[in-house]
Amino acid sequence: MNRTRGDYAFNTLNYAFLTLLGFATVFPFLNLLAISLNDTLDTMRGGIYLLPRKWTLLNYEIIFRENGLLMAGVRSVIRTVLGTVLGLFCTTLLAYALSRKEFFLRKQLNAVLVLTMYINGGLIPTYLLIRNLHLMNHFAVYILPLLISVYNVIIMRSYFEQLPDGIIESAKIDGASDYQVLFRIVLQISLPVLSTIALFIAVMHWNSWFDNYLYASRNQNLSLLQYTLQKVLIQSANEIVSDNGHANIQAIRNNPESIRAAITMVVTLPILFVYPFLQKYFVKGITIGAMKE
Amino acid sequence: MADTAKSLVPSQTEVDRRHPRRRRGLGALIASQHQLLVMSVPFVLIVILFSYVPLWGWIMAFQKYTLGKGIMHSPFVGLDNFKLLFKDEQFYHVLRNTLVMGVLNLVVSFVGAIALALLLNEVRARFFKRTIQTITYIPHFVSWVVIANIVTQLLSPDGGTLNQILVQLGILNDPYYFMSNPKLFWLIHTIANLWKEVGWNTIIYLAILGGLNPEHYEAAEVDGASRWAKMRYISIPGLMPTAVLLLIISVGWIIQSGYESQFLLGNAMTIDYSEVLDLYALRYSQQLGDYSYGVAISMFKSVVSVLMVLGVNYLARRTNQSRLL
Repeated sequence: MNRTRGDYAFNTLNYAFLTLLGFATVFPFLNLLAISLNDTLDTMRGGIYLLPRKWTLLNYEIIFRENGLLMAGVRSVIRTVLGTVLGLFCTTLLAYALSRKEFFLRKQLNAVLVLTMYINGGLIPTYLLIRNLHLMNHFAVYILPLLISVYNVIIMRSYFEQLPDGIIESAKIDGASDYQVLFRIVLQISLPVLSTIALFIAVMHWNSWFDNYLYASRNQNLSLLQYTLQKVLIQSANEIVSDNGHANIQAIRNNPESIRAAITMVVTLPILFVYPFLQKYFVKGITIGAMKE
Repeated sequence: MADTAKSLVPSQTEVDRRHPRRRRGLGALIASQHQLLVMSVPFVLIVILFSYVPLWGWIMAFQKYTLGKGIMHSPFVGLDNFKLLFKDEQFYHVLRNTLVMGVLNLVVSFVGAIALALLLNEVRARFFKRTIQTITYIPHFVSWVVIANIVTQLLSPDGGTLNQILVQLGILNDPYYFMSNPKLFWLIHTIANLWKEVGWNTIIYLAILGGLNPEHYEAAEVDGASRWAKMRYISIPGLMPTAVLLLIISVGWIIQSGYESQFLLGNAMTIDYSEVLDLYALRYSQQLGDYSYGVAISMFKSVVSVLMVLGVNYLARRTNQSRLL
C-alpha cells in the first residue's frame, strides 16, 4: 500500500538478483544443449553460448549408433525401473508396519534403522562384504544394497502417522487385515508421499555410478550410462595431465566436446522431464518428513 | 444380542491395550501381528546385512589382512595400523581436506539457503517465485557426473565459457586452466556444491516462512515497517530456531560429507587438496592391496563421526529442550 522508495529499490534489486540466479542455474544446461546440437569441428572455434552456430543432430546420431552407449542406456532404464518398483514396494511395507502404534516391535525396529544413520562400517568394509556375498559384477549389486533407504522410510512413516486414525481403526473393527488396510485405504490417500519417494528412489538409481565403478567395472555388460559418461570425463582429464602436470590442450581436442555434451544431455534430460510434474508433491513430502524428525 | 457384543468388544480391547503381553503372551502377539512382522522384519534384515555386518570388518583394522586368508585366518597385529596411520603425513593432509571442505560447504550452503529463502519470500508475483524455485531445484536432481562435466566444460582453457568471457573482457590475457590449480580446488568445489543444492535447501526454510503468523506482518505494516524491518524483526527470528537446530545437526555430519564430488572434480594435479578420507582409504586398498590400512581409515572416520554427532547432540540438549535424535 504505502510503497516507499526503499521498498521499490529492494523489489527491483530482488527481482534482478533472482532472475540472474535463475539464469546462472539454467545457463550451463542450455549451453550444453547448444554445444551438443552444434557441429563438432565448429565447436572447437569456441563462442557457443545459447544457440548453436552450425545446427546438426549428428552428435546424437553418433552416440546412438555407438552400440555400447545404447546398451548402457537400456541397462540404466532397466535398473531405474526395477529399482524404483522394488524399492517403493519394500519402503511402503516397512514404513506402514513402523507407523502402526500397536506393533509390538515398533520401537526396536525403529531404533535399529535410525542407528544406521549414525554408524556405518565405511567404504572398504562394505566393499569386502559385497565381495564376500559374491555380488561383484552381478546386476543384483545395483538393487539389493539400495533396496531400503532409512531416510525414505522415515519420511513415509511420518506421513502415514499423520493420517487420520479413524479410517484405519474403523476398517480394522470391520475385520480388515493389515494388507487390506494398507492397499485399499492408506495407499489410496498417500499419493503425495508415494510419488515423492518414487522420485527420490528413481533419481538415486538413475544417477548412481559409484557402485558401477566399484563393484561392476570389470563386467562390460553391466556398464551404465552415468559410468560411461564418467569414463569419458576421466579419460579427458587424464590425457590433459599426461605431460608432467602441464595442461595438454591438444589432448582435450581428441575428445570432442560436442559428443561429450550430447552424452551429458541424454543423461540429464529424463530427469528434467519427470521432476517438474512432481514438484508440488515432493515439497510437501519433504516438509512433513523434516518437520517430524 | 447386538448390544452385548458391542459392549464386549471395547472392554476386551481396553484390557489388551493395558497389558498386551501379560494377557496374551508373545506367541499370541506374534500370531495376531504376523502381517506387520512379514512387512517389516525381512527388510530390516536387509538393512542389518548392509549396514551392520560391515562393522564386523573393523576387525581387519587390527590385522594384517589379505584377501586370500580372510578375516578368520589373517594374523593380528594389534594397533600397528593405527600407529602407522597417525604417523602418516598424507593422512593429515586428507583429514584436513575432509574437514575444510565439510566446513566450507556447511557454512556457505547454510547462509546461501537462508538468504535465498528470505529473498524468495519477499516476492509477491507467484508465477515468478514458482519459476525461480523450479529452476533452482533442478541441479539437485542432476548427478555429480553431469555437474562435474559442466564445471569442467565451463572452466576449460580450451573454449570454456568462463575463459572466453574473461578474455573478451580483457581481465585475462590467455585462457587460464582453473581445474589444474590445487589452490582453487576448495573454492571450485564449494561453489559447485552451492550451485547444486542451494535451491533444494530452501524448501524447509520457505515452509517455515510460509507458516509464520501473518498477523505479525500485518501489524508491522500498520506500524509502517519497511521491507528490511519486517525481514529483520519477523522473518529472521521466525527462521532461527529451526535454522540453528539444522546447523547444529549438520555440524555432527561434517566428516561424513561424501566423496563423489571430490572424486569427480579432482584430478592428479589437485589431489593434495581434493582427496578426502574415503578416497584415500579406497586408493590404499585398491592400488596397494592394503585393506587393513583402508579399514583403519574408515573406522577412524566412523568413530570420529559418531563422537561428533553425540557431542553435538549433548550440547544441543543442554542449550535447547528439543532432542535431535
